[in-house]
Amino acid sequence: MAKKDSYVEAEILSNERVGDDVYKLVLSGNFEGQPGQFYMLKNWDLHPLLSRPFSICDITADTITFLYLVVGTGTKLLKDLHKGDKISLLGPLGNGFEFGDYKKVAIVSGGIGIAPMLYLAKKLNCQVDLYAGFRDYDYFIKEMSPYVDNIYLSSDTGMVGHKGNVLEIYNDDKYDQVYACGPNPMLNALKNVSDQEKLQLSLESHMACGIGACLGCTVNTTEGMKRVCVDGPVFTSSEVFFDA
Amino acid sequence: MLKTDLCGVSLKNPVIAASGTFGFGREFEPYLDLNALGGISTKGLTYHSKQGNTGQRIHETAAGIMNSIGLQNPSVKSFIENDLPFMKNFESEIIVNLGGNNIDDYVNGALLLEDTDINIIELNISCPNVKEGGMAFGIKCESAFYVVSEIKKVSSKKIMVKLSPNADDLVRVATECERAGADALSLVNTFNALAIDIKRRKAVFDNITAGLSGPCIKPIALRMVRDVYKSVSIPVVGMGGIMNAADAIEFIMAGSTAIQVGTANFINPKVMIEIIQGMEEFMENEGIKNLDEIKGII
Repeated sequence: MAKKDSYVEAEILSNERVGDDVYKLVLSGNFEGQPGQFYMLKNWDLHPLLSRPFSICDITADTITFLYLVVGTGTKLLKDLHKGDKISLLGPLGNGFEFGDYKKVAIVSGGIGIAPMLYLAKKLNCQVDLYAGFRDYDYFIKEMSPYVDNIYLSSDTGMVGHKGNVLEIYNDDKYDQVYACGPNPMLNALKNVSDQEKLQLSLESHMACGIGACLGCTVNTTEGMKRVCVDGPVFTSSEVFFDA
Repeated sequence: MLKTDLCGVSLKNPVIAASGTFGFGREFEPYLDLNALGGISTKGLTYHSKQGNTGQRIHETAAGIMNSIGLQNPSVKSFIENDLPFMKNFESEIIVNLGGNNIDDYVNGALLLEDTDINIIELNISCPNVKEGGMAFGIKCESAFYVVSEIKKVSSKKIMVKLSPNADDLVRVATECERAGADALSLVNTFNALAIDIKRRKAVFDNITAGLSGPCIKPIALRMVRDVYKSVSIPVVGMGGIMNAADAIEFIMAGSTAIQVGTANFINPKVMIEIIQGMEEFMENEGIKNLDEIKGII
């Protein structure tokens, strides 16, 4: 049986800044993937050592897009790339979001947790409301707006939208499915105010391999430790704990 | 050309997937032909299943990775029922990595493996990430001698002991393992190390320390492999930051009969195939017909 490609090379079409330390990377090529799945990316050899996992932000027939926050060595190297540079990627990896026959859906994101939501919103055929929380200024809202019905913003500093936590303006009763991605404290707080069975959480974790071998990215669940990279990154809220 | 004999077990080539970096092979099967490998050392197994450690489990360092997985595994019994049948679909030698909290765990695990047709147990007395057992057996000569002796009493399998670079006196631990009846030695496991999150003013890992692997440990691992090779008569399997064929050849020249690839699997799922091909090319180019020609020449 033919084996899958490992890392493949792709050309960068653009790598533009869309907010404070937030960049949108568009690569050329026909890539597969579902909303919620991710790719491992690198444009280095052995320094740093590991690739970095990024959610699929969008896919078209001839492009794939990633949205990333510059936080460390790897993402600092990524932000200096330009059109025409090459990058290596492995994927699609992970399980992705589940879809159903929904009427009203909420997307809840915290900070860079908005990354997987564009591709998700484009695939949903129902009313979609976006709740996006930021530290100070917002980003990527302009790109999201054509694909969602209502947008509710919040920021810790009050720079945009409601001053405070995005969950303070969120009403769980209005929705029959909720998709969320963001920092664990936000997801945990959402867990506490939401109907567990309708809430899908996309988790972030430190990862080495991205394919299920290293057991570095595990999360505590009702069925024991599960791997965020292959058993997730999307979990039903009722199955996952954040206190482990 | 790369065929090698490891304590009476024939390997088609000397390249073995290191324990804890390759699961039971399933995750890598889509990417590479598992038949092509010399061997696969399983995820470390214990008599009772283990959940592994809490908190962050992986942290990247300069040219290395620290891990604190804590031997998360489904138990020896579950492995025999659920994973061994899968692994037996392939020709690569299955090496079962066996850990334990105490001597009874090791012995009971080895007894369960008696009923299987695997040839080699890799006795893990060097895991730095479990609070009880693990490395505690591998850093002192007396306890290393004791655990190997007890396993040899109950097991008919070849016993390869995985040594810790954190041992008080690595060469003496190695010679004591040989005296206790070990058939081979593998080294090195990860280095006990520390990383600190300065903003949180806390250690990165819940267990404070964790195991360091990757290219940063290679020169030290090579020196340790050579030291041990010069001191024992049983085969030595070298590992520690092997990223490519040249690294693998270095370990052969330092005295390794076979080598294990660990961290590199996380970075390139096909790396072991590339290492095998690269070793063949090197030997052809250098006119080397057999690995014994270069083994331990340093």
